[in-house]
Amino acid sequence: MERQFSDLEKRLLDGCQRDFPLHPRPFAVIAERFGVTEETVIDTLAELQAAGIVGRIGAVLEPHTAGYSTLAAMQVPAPLLPQIAAFVSAHPEVTHNYEREHRLNLWFVIAAPSRARVAAVIADIEYRTGLAVLDLPLLEAFHLDLGFPLQWN
Amino acid sequence: MELTAVDRRLLAALEDGLPLVPRPYAEIGRHCGLDEASVLARLRAMIEAGVIRRFGLVLHHRALGYRANAMVVFDLPDERLRPAAEILSRLPFVTLCYRRPRRPPLWPYNLFCMIHGKERRRVLERVDEAVAAAGIAAAPRAVLFSRRCFKQRGPRYGLLASGKAA
Repeated sequence: MERQFSDLEKRLLDGCQRDFPLHPRPFAVIAERFGVTEETVIDTLAELQAAGIVGRIGAVLEPHTAGYSTLAAMQVPAPLLPQIAAFVSAHPEVTHNYEREHRLNLWFVIAAPSRARVAAVIADIEYRTGLAVLDLPLLEAFHLDLGFPLQWN
Repeated sequence: MELTAVDRRLLAALEDGLPLVPRPYAEIGRHCGLDEASVLARLRAMIEAGVIRRFGLVLHHRALGYRANAMVVFDLPDERLRPAAEILSRLPFVTLCYRRPRRPPLWPYNLFCMIHGKERRRVLERVDEAVAAAGIAAAPRAVLFSRRCFKQRGPRYGLLASGKAA
């Protein structure tokens, strides 16, 4: 079942993915823009966060400025996938971890303060699982991250 | 721009996002030893320098009904990659477009795009549109839909940082 969104929720989700107000009271700035109270904005964002729709209000960093990251892939025998995926996810440096439809069926992002730390996580996963980890670091980024374009039905 | 130890502390304090309180920057400042005005000034500087490329809501697209998430990959000759990538990255439904290394024989692809949608069929149509727009129908490609999401969150660069980790 798909959740229904109020107009305010839609406007927050569409309009606040970038250029979040750099003002001492950012929620009041947004409230004024949308003609509601600061409290309503805060409460609505809290609900969206509790529902798992908004992950956080935060900074998306340019890759390899504040830290180092890579995309990694593994070919995991199907019966072992839940266990191995859980083991991979248990590393605090792993930020995203997905099963994908491919022979290489487990795909995850490792982000850490240094390149050496990322390499150590890969080494640990290879050692503990006995499976190879493909390391696919970013070489060149082409897109500009403007947030996620939403389509409301 | 060279990040200072203060900037790194600030980014670490921000890893869980802004708290939902009336003065969130003041609150973040309390966690990293800065006053509100300095938090705002450092954030502004990092945004202008491009270290922070986007500042705002980070959405979990699955919870919004976007469950058909495809990583679309291509094997393009090096000289054809950049022109194709520039076209792909400008398509509104392509949310990421990166060059990564090939790892033959298991992984021959060097260009990675993400296309998210509510239905698989629609995503596949968009893959066709993207391929046609970039003129890369002849390039080997694969579409890897996600099946299960085991974990999704922001990075924790402050995790093991001593304050000036490289």
